[in-house]
Amino acid sequence: MPTKVEKDTFSGRDTTGHEWDGLKELNTPLPKWWLYVLAATVVWGVALLVLYPSIPYGPGHTNGLLGYSTRARVDADVKALIAQRAVFMDKIAALPVEKVKADPQLDAMALTAGRIAFANNCQPCHGAGGGGRPGYPNLASDVWRWGGTLAQIERTITHGVRSGDPDAHVSQMPRFGADAMLKPEQIQQVADYVWTLYGNQAASASVAAGKQVFADNCAVCHGDNAQGNHDVGTPPLRSRVHLFANTRDEIVAQINNPRMGVMPAWNKRLDPATIRSLAIYVHSLGGGE
Amino acid sequence: MLIRHEWIERNAILLLVLVLITVAIGGIVEVIPLFTIETTVEHVKGVRPYSPLELAGRDIYVREGCYLCHSQQIRALKDEVERYGHYSLAAESMYDHPFQWGSKRIGPDLARVGGKYSSEWHYAHLTDPEAVVPESLMPRYAFLAETPLRQDRIAAKMRTLRELGTPYTDDQIAHARDDLVAQATVDTDLDTFRKRWPKAVVVPGNANGPTEMDALVAYLQVLGTMVDFADVSTEQEKQ
Repeated sequence: MPTKVEKDTFSGRDTTGHEWDGLKELNTPLPKWWLYVLAATVVWGVALLVLYPSIPYGPGHTNGLLGYSTRARVDADVKALIAQRAVFMDKIAALPVEKVKADPQLDAMALTAGRIAFANNCQPCHGAGGGGRPGYPNLASDVWRWGGTLAQIERTITHGVRSGDPDAHVSQMPRFGADAMLKPEQIQQVADYVWTLYGNQAASASVAAGKQVFADNCAVCHGDNAQGNHDVGTPPLRSRVHLFANTRDEIVAQINNPRMGVMPAWNKRLDPATIRSLAIYVHSLGGGE
Repeated sequence: MLIRHEWIERNAILLLVLVLITVAIGGIVEVIPLFTIETTVEHVKGVRPYSPLELAGRDIYVREGCYLCHSQQIRALKDEVERYGHYSLAAESMYDHPFQWGSKRIGPDLARVGGKYSSEWHYAHLTDPEAVVPESLMPRYAFLAETPLRQDRIAAKMRTLRELGTPYTDDQIAHARDDLVAQATVDTDLDTFRKRWPKAVVVPGNANGPTEMDALVAYLQVLGTMVDFADVSTEQEKQ
């Protein structure tokens, strides 16, 4: 195979100098602009190699002349964000929740911050707008277990309910049926009584007996008039908003073997100003005391 | 040119050697970082191997393909840190074989979902996601609550993972099956269990023994909770 570059008479261009059985190939080099771009990307690559963290070796990697680090950048970004918010959030964190509520500007900021934090953290259980669902309290009603004042809401969010936090709200309703503390007929009677508190009808003899069972066993926590007690987390029963027991069967089940909810403590996940904002937002949903 | 193209084309051995060198560069670039893995993974306190129930739950997570819609990696970006919490550290997935970082977020990131919701919420949500989150696209996994968890292979699994470098102790492997059941039983004495598996979340379970859902919830509840970021030394160690 002779390698002789010659000019092709037909096209006027050089051949590659290769010849196969009389066939010759025209030399069509890559366009100059393409070669320059290729060279530029190589130079660019070397520059990045030198400026940024790149080559790994034994105990680590080259750090690059710029000393760039994703983690340092995100730490700085978050610090800048906190500084930007600090104008209001520091004031919210420094003042008691009632004072924040009283200041129109801080109140507006807290409501906005609270609404956003609520959507991310609270909505999965309490529903959009705090509407609640079975087992998860409605926050837009005036029924409160652990209290509906700003300070009480803030405390509940901070420490949670049966969350394992040392300051969490904890209470336990006895298993009146499962532990045989009440006879089955007594449970039916007290269920009838509670059912009338919901605004329904039941046999009057049974209700009267149930009222006595209630006074002897339930009133100590639920209150003489079933008005509830924020200290032990009992809700007012004379209401139409209930957590676990909306039907008569559910009332019986709840007396037999009560279900009790758990709410996480948010003090490990959210900062105090965000929790305060959440308290103000939740308080504004409709039932704040 | 130093080496003329023609020489290479005409010398099969030279061509072969040069091809091997070129391909080897690609391989070396991929392999070398693995030699430095000991120094790449931060040494932070708190990360422990998964408890038996969590490990079983992790297998359910993989089997059901949860990673196809959920990532487990909070990237070091402001928006992600704002929404999900502290960005993920390599150390937090060092006992994952394989890791579940994922690459898709049809659902939210789960790297720090542990403790965000109550266990009861997870049961309700896995059973029927739309009942809790009306706009959810997630399929129902109610059948997990009716499927008893296979218990007989748990110790063998832990021994296998030990071969791969997960530091399970003999004590932990010996009590694997007891601990598997204990973590899904509310009213048992948990002192020794807690010693072996700090920060493990005990799930409600039921009298008939742990179900696959119990295992999955136990796994979800520990995600992202092992490292204490409030501890100042964590900040220094992660650098």
